[in-house]
Amino acid sequence: MAASKTNKAALVAEQKSRRDFIVVATYAMGAVGAGAFAWPLIDQMNPAADTLALASIEVDVSKIAEGQSITLKWRGKPVFIRHRTKTEIDEALRDDALDMRDPQVDSDRVQKPEYLVVLGVCTHLGCVPLGQKVGEVRGEYDGWFCPCHGSHYDSSGRIRKGPAPTNLEVPPYSFLSDDVIKIG
Amino acid sequence: MSANQFQNPVVRWIDHRLPIFSFLNHEATEYPTPKNLNYFWNFGSLAGISLVIMIITGIVLSMNYTAHVDYAFDSVERIMRDVNHGWLLRYIHMNGASFFFIVVFIHIFRGLYYGSYKAPRELLWMLGVVILLLMMATAFMGYVLPWGQMSFWGATVITNLFSAIPFAGEGIVTWLWGGFSVDNPTLNRFFSLHYLLPFVIVGVVILHLVALHRFGSNNPLGIDTRGPQDTIPFHPYYTIKDFFGLSVFLTFFAAAVFFFPNFMGHPDNYIPANALQTPAHIVPEWYFLPFYAILRAVPDKLGGVLAMFGAIAVLFILPWLDRSPVRSGRFRPIFKIFFWVFFADCLVLGYIGAMPAEGIYVVIGRVATIWYFLHFLLILPILSVAETPRPLPQSISTPVFGGSGAMAGAAAAPKRKVE
Ligand code: HEM
Ligand code: FES
Repeated sequence: MAASKTNKAALVAEQKSRRDFIVVATYAMGAVGAGAFAWPLIDQMNPAADTLALASIEVDVSKIAEGQSITLKWRGKPVFIRHRTKTEIDEALRDDALDMRDPQVDSDRVQKPEYLVVLGVCTHLGCVPLGQKVGEVRGEYDGWFCPCHGSHYDSSGRIRKGPAPTNLEVPPYSFLSDDVIKIG
Repeated sequence: MSANQFQNPVVRWIDHRLPIFSFLNHEATEYPTPKNLNYFWNFGSLAGISLVIMIITGIVLSMNYTAHVDYAFDSVERIMRDVNHGWLLRYIHMNGASFFFIVVFIHIFRGLYYGSYKAPRELLWMLGVVILLLMMATAFMGYVLPWGQMSFWGATVITNLFSAIPFAGEGIVTWLWGGFSVDNPTLNRFFSLHYLLPFVIVGVVILHLVALHRFGSNNPLGIDTRGPQDTIPFHPYYTIKDFFGLSVFLTFFAAAVFFFPNFMGHPDNYIPANALQTPAHIVPEWYFLPFYAILRAVPDKLGGVLAMFGAIAVLFILPWLDRSPVRSGRFRPIFKIFFWVFFADCLVLGYIGAMPAEGIYVVIGRVATIWYFLHFLLILPILSVAETPRPLPQSISTPVFGGSGAMAGAAAAPKRKVE
């Protein structure tokens, strides 16, 4: 009598743990299914194929006079190309050794020292820094100044003062010939 | 009141099957409300009406608006010039957003002063903070729709806030944009969400009201109602008072819509968006200025973003920061002083948010930011134990009837009209 009672209890316990397993497995499958369905809903917000396929641009830099800059639009963002003066290059090289927030030497940021190519997007919150046009404020380091929250970039596009965390980004580019740059 | 007490047989028939009429009668007519509410208690209903105004004008604006970078600006100008009464609808929607925030800010400061966030209304308060967050998201995305310079650069700066998140930041920003900058995909999704979120707000407002009706309104004395002698039915006493408040509100609202429609806006938003040029001085809409000031007060990108979101997060945990059992600021002499200092601090933050981030403004902005957090994280917890509150009245009826404590149970006293 007593023995059959324990058997019964064991049976119930075993059935219970089987049940538990089935329940947990069902929930898990449900969660995986819901996740698999959620992903397309989330991922549709990432850049679409046509957005990703945006063509690269080519530009003839010989037209830029020394000390002048041009602004181009690439992937919806401004790209700055500056034909640097001797002084600007010297300043950039002179400051290489200084302690900076995002240390980088000037030679790592240019392919030809005369032409600095950077994204015109402040690395703080994305405003377009001033300093492209003649007469605009260029900040305390002879480069660019972002008016939104006061970031100063030097003549190599490196962050020197203000809230921005990193240097102006150098986009992927190459010289197709002595004068023509391909961005992207 | 049970269903069969309705006179109209059709109402009775319906109510028996779908008790919507008894529900409304119970929650909006009989609903016992403290009899001593002052005019600060008008702002809840004003907020609700503002939401309805925004939804109605928004739906009709959508019938004429085009969410495409090449057409958005022109479609809004067309609404202003060619669409019948379009100028009126847009100005109501545009100024309505500002008035909505004015009303909600007063509503929140009312809660802060009278301790409406304290037990048992913690969830009611937290749902309110959720509504505030949803409103901010909605207004931010709405401001992007006209695709002016401020729309574009506001969207750029605010979405870039997320790039401060370590590691995943850049990916999240690209995901928000649907590209490599704020562009057509961004505008489209913002329109979709701008249409959706107000209806989500409606849902949270309903929860807010369910939580409210569980224990009823707080009141200027901050003490619980003790029975029928302390309350009056919502209808007609507070319906009529709310209507009076509404007429005053609409007077100011109409004055803004008809005489100063662009006073709270920014002229740069009448320049079409230009991805290659940031306006010299970008500022968010006025209702974001205090938070913008906090963002800029911290000289570190991630730190600034955390502080800005933290400014709202402290509101969530406020019921557990201020542990004083006394709700109303009326009976808390020291709290009262700090409340007004805090209020002034918020105004200072708003002013600093509108100023360029340089020189003395930076210093003031930092001090005001530190004070904002000190108020919640240090002053309120300390006051909860250090302050000796003034004695509380025994019941709401006591001060109203001007009698001594002995009158507290004067249930038989004739019901008087409110105020
Ligand atoms: C919580 C409620 C709402 C708030 C705070 C809000 C806020 C705003 C703001 C600030 C603007 C920019 C106004 C301007 O400068 O032109 C705007 C525009 C717009 N909103 Fe809303 N909105 C709300 C609800 C809605 C709803 C429910 C809809 C649609 C059903 C809607 C549709 C639109 C449209 C089409 C525009 C673009 C036209 C324009 O700029 O005037 N809004 N909204
Ligand atoms: S966006 Fe340039 S300093 Fe903030």
